[in-house]
Amino acid sequence: MRHAFSVRIGPVGFRVGSDWRAPIAQLADLYAGYPAPQDGVPDFTVRLFAARPWRRVVRPSVMIGGDYVLPEAAPLPLAQGLLAAEMGMNLQMALGQRRYLLLHASAVERDGRALLMTGQSGAGKSTLAALLSRRGWRLMGDEFALLDPATGLVHAFPRLVSLKNQAIGVVERAAPEARFGPLLAGTPKGDIRHLVPDAAAVAAMDRPARPALLLFPSFGFDPAERVVPPSEAFVRLTQASTNYVALGERGFDALTGLVQAIPARAIDYPDTDSAIAQVEAAWAAS
Amino acid sequence: MTLYRACRVETLAIAWLDDFTVVYHRPSGITHLLTAPAPEILAALGEAGMTLPDLHARLAASFELGDADGGGLPARIAELVAAGLVEPV
Repeated sequence: MRHAFSVRIGPVGFRVGSDWRAPIAQLADLYAGYPAPQDGVPDFTVRLFAARPWRRVVRPSVMIGGDYVLPEAAPLPLAQGLLAAEMGMNLQMALGQRRYLLLHASAVERDGRALLMTGQSGAGKSTLAALLSRRGWRLMGDEFALLDPATGLVHAFPRLVSLKNQAIGVVERAAPEARFGPLLAGTPKGDIRHLVPDAAAVAAMDRPARPALLLFPSFGFDPAERVVPPSEAFVRLTQASTNYVALGERGFDALTGLVQAIPARAIDYPDTDSAIAQVEAAWAAS
Repeated sequence: MTLYRACRVETLAIAWLDDFTVVYHRPSGITHLLTAPAPEILAALGEAGMTLPDLHARLAASFELGDADGGGLPARIAELVAAGLVEPV
């Protein structure tokens, strides 16, 4: 392809090729502090391409391709090319990752122990991970936690943090010194702005952590907390994993081992200040 | 009369999570969440197998099952057969 960028995020190498320069330039800028794939060989390839040759220039729209594709995926306008690249990279992980059990969860680390936060879109897992990373926690990732079935350790995947709608302003105010990507307005997921993980998160991304606590946050409720029994945590995590079935018995062993080893709590929170306090309290009790 | 037997134990990986028994069925790659009396049914049937009335008699000592024809046992057995965890012989 005309333009290309390669990067390693945690243990996973990507190569993104594009018919256009702009998304590649944005990736190169935002991922400037990241290394290249191990030995120069990417694990996954993403292609951003024009559906027809003239669509490179006339009302350019970006199709997402790669080793794994969703046939019904709609193209995005070129102004959202960065989002297309991130979606393509996520898609490769979701459909192609076989080494790790992929949990749709954010992860932060303190003292070598990992806090995992999972929930549906809008639950606040990216926002909370971003805020905690400004309060002495190491950001391991906002989208996928990589559970190694062989060791039970969680590996970091600190891609750009995808902030949506109200979360953009919340994190901008909490971290005015942080680097952000361009505001992508009116995407299929609403407004999106990417936060660049801080240098410490990138520098430590090869250091896995032992899971210590699993939280299921829910935004928009009065403060509440309850213990989540292992069976419920197991079911919710199978639903939050894109490759549990594909991993077969390795996935079963990894997930049953995880929910038996660490406590799980559901926390409802009305605002982020309350959430941070609840998370710290749950952590202190774990 | 139909004899029912549990699938061979080496085809299963089992974890016990609070009130649930989580079973990974290796031949199908499917994970099943079982609650009482399903794990007890599998344990009682074993690989040798038994008929429904014999199973009912075995379990009735420990569980409220209703009578063998109208109670829940035939339905539970049918579910386990459909899941591949029990086979009629």
